[in-house]
Amino acid sequence: MQQILFFLIRNKNFLLFIALFSISFFLTIQTHSYHKNKFVNSSNSITGGIYSIKNSITDYFNLREENKILIDENTRIRKQLESYKSKVVNQNIDTTSILSKYYFVASKVINNSFSKTKNKLTIDKGKRDSIQLDMGVITSKGIVGIIDNVSNKYATIQSILNTNSQINAKLKNAKHFGSLVWNTEDPNVVQLIDIPRLAPVNLGDTIVTGGRSTIFPEGILIGAVIDFELTEDENSQNLNIQLFNDMTNLEHVYIIDNLDTQEIINLEKGLENVE
Amino acid sequence: MLNNEIFINTIRFIFLVLTQVLLLNHIDFLGYINPYIYILFIIVFPFTGNKSLLIFLSFILGLTVDFFGDSGGIHAAASVFIAFIRPQVLKYSFGISYEYNTIKISNTDFIKQLIYVGSMVLLHHIVLFSLEIFNTDHLLLLLKTTLFSSIFSIIIILSAITLFSKKTK
Repeated sequence: MQQILFFLIRNKNFLLFIALFSISFFLTIQTHSYHKNKFVNSSNSITGGIYSIKNSITDYFNLREENKILIDENTRIRKQLESYKSKVVNQNIDTTSILSKYYFVASKVINNSFSKTKNKLTIDKGKRDSIQLDMGVITSKGIVGIIDNVSNKYATIQSILNTNSQINAKLKNAKHFGSLVWNTEDPNVVQLIDIPRLAPVNLGDTIVTGGRSTIFPEGILIGAVIDFELTEDENSQNLNIQLFNDMTNLEHVYIIDNLDTQEIINLEKGLENVE
Repeated sequence: MLNNEIFINTIRFIFLVLTQVLLLNHIDFLGYINPYIYILFIIVFPFTGNKSLLIFLSFILGLTVDFFGDSGGIHAAASVFIAFIRPQVLKYSFGISYEYNTIKISNTDFIKQLIYVGSMVLLHHIVLFSLEIFNTDHLLLLLKTTLFSSIFSIIIILSAITLFSKKTK
């Protein structure tokens, strides 16, 4: 007994090191699977609070540019609205009666990373603004990522610039689907893999979301093809996509709430139970 | 005297973490190079201080940076590792006598300082990026990031030591 105690005391530094290193390693492994890192994330109130303070200071530096982006978006949406109006016979549309499956929440990015291999963003909306796990996040120009941690006032997003990220996407003018992944090389270029060999791909083709999941509606913009090649087994092709979004400069984002998600999930669960 | 040391180390801890997460994590020089200055806390921790305490504090330090960076436990693991290996690195850089003399890092030769800081930073960065990338397919990326970030970190840490040391002549 005395010897065991003696051994423990003599090697206490080593044992402490092994214990703490194992904890860290365990926490690291957890982050490698999607939204498993319940404990270590920046959506808690302390880190979120510090990031908001910082953001309230640095906000002023690019107000001018942000205003321009918002005005551009307003102009585009106004144009679309006018073209819809001209098609509709009855001019007086009651906006409260327009039914949409999707509900949008505007939010601000308070921390953004793009230089690591598993990038995350932090935003200043959380549970109390009815943000939940697995909601899609977009800007006026294209997609950003998926919510993977939520606290009361803040949430973190798994960016599309994350090696764990895999999003269903397709060519805008064809019906061929593939998965959107990132090879860590350039924060403005992502890869679309598993596009069938027969799909007609041209340089400059637009890539949009596929709409096969409940997270993103169909047709949200992603980027344009800058080059493509056949895979080694010649069954599919891999495309390099230049993002429309500048992922290194994000400020205002929209979170998409699909009002039918619960119904779809329940339905799918029901099917599994029957089997 | 002891209270004073605790106070200085607490201030240093908070200051380094905030500098790291609010400023240096967003430099992204050439797209992916960031210096990691927070390990200065481990590097200049009193040489004669309690070793178990240092290992524990390093864990807290790394975990705090991880919280801000959403990075799981990679900074905690790397910090604990260099805190554990520090006595060996000290012996190797300053000779066996460091334990008995109360040397201060800012008063030693530049070459010895460079060897000590360089070894600590390199070891830290290798563990950090291996855990972050965690994929043998990206070995080249690992080596590239480790090398460039290390150079950047070593320069910043050595300048910080020179800037914030009291001249005792």
